[in-house]
Amino acid sequence: MSTCCGRALRALAAACAILGIAAAVAAEIPLAERRSGYDFMGPETRAMQDDDATNPAVLWLLEGEELWNRKAGAAGEACAGCHGDARASMKGVAARHPAWDAASGRPVNLEQRINACRAGRQKAAALAYESRELLALTAYVARQSRGLPVDIAADGPTKPFLEAGRATFHRRQGQLNLACAQCHDGLWGKKLAGNTIPQAHPTGYPIYRLEWQGLGSLQRRLRNCMIGMRAEPYAYGAPEFVELELYLMWRARGMKLESPGVRP
Amino acid sequence: MARAVVTVPASAKRGEVVEVKALVQHAMETGFRRTQLGEVIPRDIIRSFVCTYNGEEVFRAEFHPAISANPLITFSLIATASGTVVFRWTGDRGFSVTESAKIAVA
Repeated sequence: MSTCCGRALRALAAACAILGIAAAVAAEIPLAERRSGYDFMGPETRAMQDDDATNPAVLWLLEGEELWNRKAGAAGEACAGCHGDARASMKGVAARHPAWDAASGRPVNLEQRINACRAGRQKAAALAYESRELLALTAYVARQSRGLPVDIAADGPTKPFLEAGRATFHRRQGQLNLACAQCHDGLWGKKLAGNTIPQAHPTGYPIYRLEWQGLGSLQRRLRNCMIGMRAEPYAYGAPEFVELELYLMWRARGMKLESPGVRP
Repeated sequence: MARAVVTVPASAKRGEVVEVKALVQHAMETGFRRTQLGEVIPRDIIRSFVCTYNGEEVFRAEFHPAISANPLITFSLIATASGTVVFRWTGDRGFSVTESAKIAVA
């Protein structure tokens, strides 16, 4: 799949070069014109996301709820032991991440926050990125913020990290010499290999991607794009990825979370 | 243990056609894929899905490798009597999941 995406991107890069599009710096999308990836999907896929009987991510939510209430680690404590009912205590949490973490002196995403809690409070081993357990827990926590607006501000100690994310978004990279902004700020709504280019607002993560036949994180999705650009993806949990996540969430500030979303 | 989510209306009028949905967690490994070392990943799919309504079989489906992971099946039933609708998926490697739902027919 990534090969075919790469080919399409290469064709796109060539087309852009001919048309001189690449020369123009893509401007940020005005706040009122922002649209979630949901709006670019077909009616069937939207219906699939909207109905808890058909959204396959529900299977992970069930597992996440079980993990939330299960004791783990040397401390013999469950998430519910401290946080109680996730429906109340986790409301809005996903809308605020990546968030500042004083202990590490940098922003952390939701997966890292969960793992920090596991290591620090539960005295349990960290869950691997993209493992079923971590995706299930993340999806369960993120589910509690569904319908709430993304709440990320470009101020305070996270500001330099957000700016670093912004720089990554606008930096050309990979053998195709493309920047995220060229497609997602400049060419959204147009086609790439038959698919509509979305605006890249991370409002539904973790998502059930039909192409993946499973649940995946925002970083997995970012890796997809980077491989398509013929760039070497950062490792899971890399600071660059978290900075990019932070910038993308800020870019989607005020938009409603749909987690866990379904995407094509 | 694989999870399943089934949707059956809690109540219906006698003779009413109701929509039923059944979603199950399964990787549906086709048996055609290989690892990076070239070894075939053995097939691991659901082979059959059976729905019974008060013990009587009302729907059956055979599954094949081209069916997606976490398959969702939607079909209709005629609500004839109050009772239980049982869904059962069976497949390779002894896979077996049973889920049921109650329906009240007035």
